[in-house]
Amino acid sequence: MTLNDTLLISLRAVTSYRVRSLLIILAMALGVAAVVMLTALGDGARRYVVNQFSSIGTNLIAVMPGRAETSGAFLGATMGRTPRDLTLKDAQLIGRLPQVRRYAPLNVGVAELSAAKRLRDVTVLGSTADLIPIRHMNLAQGSFLAHDSEHSAQIVLGAKLAEEFFPTSNAIGQRIRLDENRFLVTGVLALQGETMGYNTDEIVIIPIDYAQSLFNTTSLFRILVEARSHSDIPSAKEAIHDTLKKSHDGEEDVTIITQDAVLDTFDRILHALTLAVAGIAAISLAVAGILIMNVMLVAISQRTPEIGLLKAIGADAADIRHLFFAEALWLSLAGTIIGFLFGQFGSLLLRLAYPQLPAWAPAWAIIAGVIVALITGILASLLPSSRAARLDPVQALSKK
Amino acid sequence: MIDLTEITRIFKMGDQSVYALHEINLNIATGEYVSIMGPSGSGKSTLLNIIGLLDRPDSGRYALDGKNVTDLTETEQAQTRRDKIGFVFQSFHLVPRLTAAENIEMPLILGEIPPDERKSRVADALQAFDLQSRAQHRPAELSGGQRQRVAIARATILRPKAILADEPTGNLDHSIGAEVMTLLEKLCQEGTTLIVVTHDRELSARAKRHIGMRDGKIVTDSS
Ligand SMILES: Nc1ncnc2c1ncn2[C@@H]1O[C@H](COP(=O)(O)OP(=O)(O)OP(=O)(O)O)[C@@H](O)[C@H]1O
Ligand SMILES: [Mg+2]
Repeated sequence: MTLNDTLLISLRAVTSYRVRSLLIILAMALGVAAVVMLTALGDGARRYVVNQFSSIGTNLIAVMPGRAETSGAFLGATMGRTPRDLTLKDAQLIGRLPQVRRYAPLNVGVAELSAAKRLRDVTVLGSTADLIPIRHMNLAQGSFLAHDSEHSAQIVLGAKLAEEFFPTSNAIGQRIRLDENRFLVTGVLALQGETMGYNTDEIVIIPIDYAQSLFNTTSLFRILVEARSHSDIPSAKEAIHDTLKKSHDGEEDVTIITQDAVLDTFDRILHALTLAVAGIAAISLAVAGILIMNVMLVAISQRTPEIGLLKAIGADAADIRHLFFAEALWLSLAGTIIGFLFGQFGSLLLRLAYPQLPAWAPAWAIIAGVIVALITGILASLLPSSRAARLDPVQALSKK
Repeated sequence: MIDLTEITRIFKMGDQSVYALHEINLNIATGEYVSIMGPSGSGKSTLLNIIGLLDRPDSGRYALDGKNVTDLTETEQAQTRRDKIGFVFQSFHLVPRLTAAENIEMPLILGEIPPDERKSRVADALQAFDLQSRAQHRPAELSGGQRQRVAIARATILRPKAILADEPTGNLDHSIGAEVMTLLEKLCQEGTTLIVVTHDRELSARAKRHIGMRDGKIVTDSS
């Protein structure tokens, strides 16, 4: 029997026994769809986190006061030392390093914003002009600390705050109070939504010296540093470390975190999670395989007289084996394709339901899912089809 | 054409051995019309199965067309069966999901005949057995006589040298059975060897040679 005829005749059997075929295809499809959808979810979560990290800046290094101890934690504590403050001078020293493209000292606090009859508490960022490009923020209008006004009392409002406080007029050029201090609105941030847990639409940005006097501190919350390039990050980190150690009289009392390291960690964790989820989904494929095997065995016992007849009219064992094998192949192929489409459709629904989540199944998961499904189908049909091939024709024919 | 020498077929049931065939010697020439009769369990079907290479004897020699076929491999047996033997069964044994035309086509597919030739040969067979109007019907939609005609068309589509019919009229009305026998006899007149197992004396009488069996042995053989 030719390959072509084997495929056609087995396809006829698949389409003739509808309920049986649908059952198998469904089981297979669910397994494949589960792999596609769950990995889409896992990888989507991974990409979501990666995107969030990149959206707050590139090649970022954050310097914060105090040492995040991982060992010998109580050494500093027993000696009764509090970590030295991180100062504007430290920030300027970092700014002079060759690996550093730009830097921004940062203070964060809460103050009461008021204008006309409105008033509310807002998060205040105190920084320098470079904060805007480092943090990938965009100004919808105006500017922040333009060159000729570096020490004036100016304020940039988050998009929502500008809308709230100045719904009818342009916010630029308006006066607004932060606690007891007057500021001139020079810029409004573009609407950005929430990233990394806080909403830039509801913050205000003021110059660092005003922030320090507002919060009555000389210590910085942190220094954000942007390295010149990705490859400069390690040496920049080291240079910052050395610089600050020198300026702090040999004390290693700062913590330096690179965006990369955090990103890598999240990337690894979420990738592992995706793999685990894919593995669990693949178990449903194994279940589908067992189902295929059982249904094929039942099919063979139901079609025993037919097998006997085929042998009587000249089919040999190989013909019979190929026929049942091809049948299982069709079923798993159909299940795989339909499952793939289900999975992609499910991922689409996920993306529609959670627009921020890039729920696309990664190529490796799709390829692995399809291959595992097909191999499962093939393995599951080996035993039934060889059993069919071995049937004794006389006994098969006489079976009712 | 068919040469059986001391053919024995034993079925073992537990520690009991049943001699389904006991040292059978039989020669059948090409184009002969043979009927086999005998009580139930006398070994008629077993004999037919061995002649048709569906079953192997436990001992003895079988030469088909002068060629020893006792020791053929499974695949060689299947090929010989396909090319030289046509089976007709009491219960028709049509594939239920295939149409009449497709059932008739099956041996051609197994014989890897090209599709164009398959089509024309199936069309010829449908015409020869007066089944044109039923070509696209499934077995469930056919009458018993029509089913058996499909089965005979299938058995003869590769122009076998012998047709082996095991109670071909057993599931048919008397008159329909007679019609089916007429069809088979027509094939025989065209030169095909015809061996029919039957319980029906009247039908058996139509054959040129009558073989009687009992307890796995041939007890009468008359022409
Ligand atoms: N597969 C088998 N296993 C065990 N015994 C068998 C088997 N096939 C046939 N026999 C035995 O062999 C003997 C001959 O059987 P066979 O089917 O050839 O008889 P038969 O003449 O065709 O009978 P019937 O007229 O009822 O069809 C019987 O005793 C039967 O029980
Ligand atoms: Mg019988």
